[in-house]
Amino acid sequence: MVSDPLLSILSRNARVSLESLADQTSLSVEEVAAKIAGYEKDGTILGFQTVVDEEKAGSVDVSALIEVRLTPERGGGFDRLAHRIAKFDQVVSCWLMSGGYDLAVLVQGADLRQVAQFVSQKLSTLDGVLSTATHFKLKSYKEAGFEAHQETGDTRLPVTP
Amino acid sequence: MSQNELSPSVVAEHIQNIPRSGIRDFFELVQGREGVISLGVGEPDFRTPWHIREAAIYSLEKGQTSYTSNLGMPSLRKSIRKYVKSFFDVDYNDANEILVTVGVSEAIDIALRALINPGDEVIYHEPCYVSYHPSIAMVHGVPVPVKTYFEDGFSLRAEEIEKALTPKTKVLMLNFPTNPTGAVLDEGEMRKIAKLCIERNLVVITDEIYSELRYDGVRHRSIAAEPGMKGRTVLLHGFSKAFAMTGFRLGYACAPTFLIEAMMKVHQYGALCAPITSQAAAVEALENGAPAVEEMRLAYDRRRKFMVKSLNGMGLPTADPGGGFYVFPDIRATGLTSKEFATQLLEAENVAAVPGTAFGLAGEGFLRCCYATSFDELREAIVRIERFLNSLGVGKG
Repeated sequence: MVSDPLLSILSRNARVSLESLADQTSLSVEEVAAKIAGYEKDGTILGFQTVVDEEKAGSVDVSALIEVRLTPERGGGFDRLAHRIAKFDQVVSCWLMSGGYDLAVLVQGADLRQVAQFVSQKLSTLDGVLSTATHFKLKSYKEAGFEAHQETGDTRLPVTP
Repeated sequence: MSQNELSPSVVAEHIQNIPRSGIRDFFELVQGREGVISLGVGEPDFRTPWHIREAAIYSLEKGQTSYTSNLGMPSLRKSIRKYVKSFFDVDYNDANEILVTVGVSEAIDIALRALINPGDEVIYHEPCYVSYHPSIAMVHGVPVPVKTYFEDGFSLRAEEIEKALTPKTKVLMLNFPTNPTGAVLDEGEMRKIAKLCIERNLVVITDEIYSELRYDGVRHRSIAAEPGMKGRTVLLHGFSKAFAMTGFRLGYACAPTFLIEAMMKVHQYGALCAPITSQAAAVEALENGAPAVEEMRLAYDRRRKFMVKSLNGMGLPTADPGGGFYVFPDIRATGLTSKEFATQLLEAENVAAVPGTAFGLAGEGFLRCCYATSFDELREAIVRIERFLNSLGVGKG
């Protein structure tokens, strides 16, 4: 949980209007706008996205989670290589992990062949990459905090004691 | 009419004498209307946190479908003891000072039934929760309401209780934070009230259902924690509000053993025990629910500040509620009664808020607005209420 209520509201719903954000945080509209601009400038806010149920949207894209083992470098550890991998357009997320491997790389492609090609030609050929293990995603149940199956609407009575 | 047909006069007189609930009257006006924004719902808009629901499901999966001890599952009573000790700073023995009930509603009923002889007087503060007056009347007690005032933020003055005392006064009922005002009890007054109860040998029934929902960094304090009060207080609490578990119907009473014994007599014949599935969920709520409660509390707090500022800004004086999820704006400047205001607001702008008089005569001139609804709805409700005020010619817009 982030400490600024503004960020906690926006992380849940980035489409809340400036006016509503101002009401919710007891700030003025101008203050809210300035705070958001500040967060965008210093990189606290990385971006705004729409969370889509890809199955409903008819997407045939393929996603894979790739476990990557790396050779750490003197001075920089895994950072230089990780940044280099993260820069590929195919990479959606890239995290340094504890445990049996070093990087978890979430990759998206138009089909199985594209993802496989990325792994075999780009990722595993990098100097310092020791091994990769590719796991393809079969079905999504929850994305970025949103469940794919929504619960029933409000069951409360309109007036209760 | 044939000789053997029953007439309504067969209903017990003291039940006939209980008036229809103002909430029910208003519900019937609202029911079936399209596009209503309701500020009339007295329950959280959040779902029960998933880990608590999951504990209920797990309990069913394991086949826990039996009765429990009349007092409630021992594991739940242990959890209640730990929670109450840390939250209220009062220690109750989980073997004989804690009773698990079907919501605080049942707990109020059995506490009164265990205590009241016909004609005993029960003092409570108005505006108050809808069940207090009828619950007292149903046990043949005499309801004695004392007023709380807008100027005090609807806190209770000890002197008001003192004025209402008679030799027949037996019980004082408290509910802070209060439904419908969101009021909290001033701590100085709490000490005076405690002193008075000890001097006059009164029993206190304190309904603490909103106690987690306190704002402005103030730690909640119950009268049960005042020196000398534990032995004469029935502390009632439950899961509906803070944990968003209204439908689970689960509450509990903490009191001296002889009172729990007496309440247990009523409870074991009237309800036997609280539902086991709800009890399993309640253990999870008490052990691991704090982060979810805090997240909901912060959301309510944002809405509270917005409602107080907006209502005051449009010319409806509104006390800053220190707790709960209600605001209780003063609509007297409009010249309308609470009922007229609520009905006209519903008809003109499709906003439902309950007339203050549903919570006792002291609620005349006020409106209960519950802010346990989404921020977007609250913002729209405020726009509509302001437009309605302007149409009456009393708004500031």
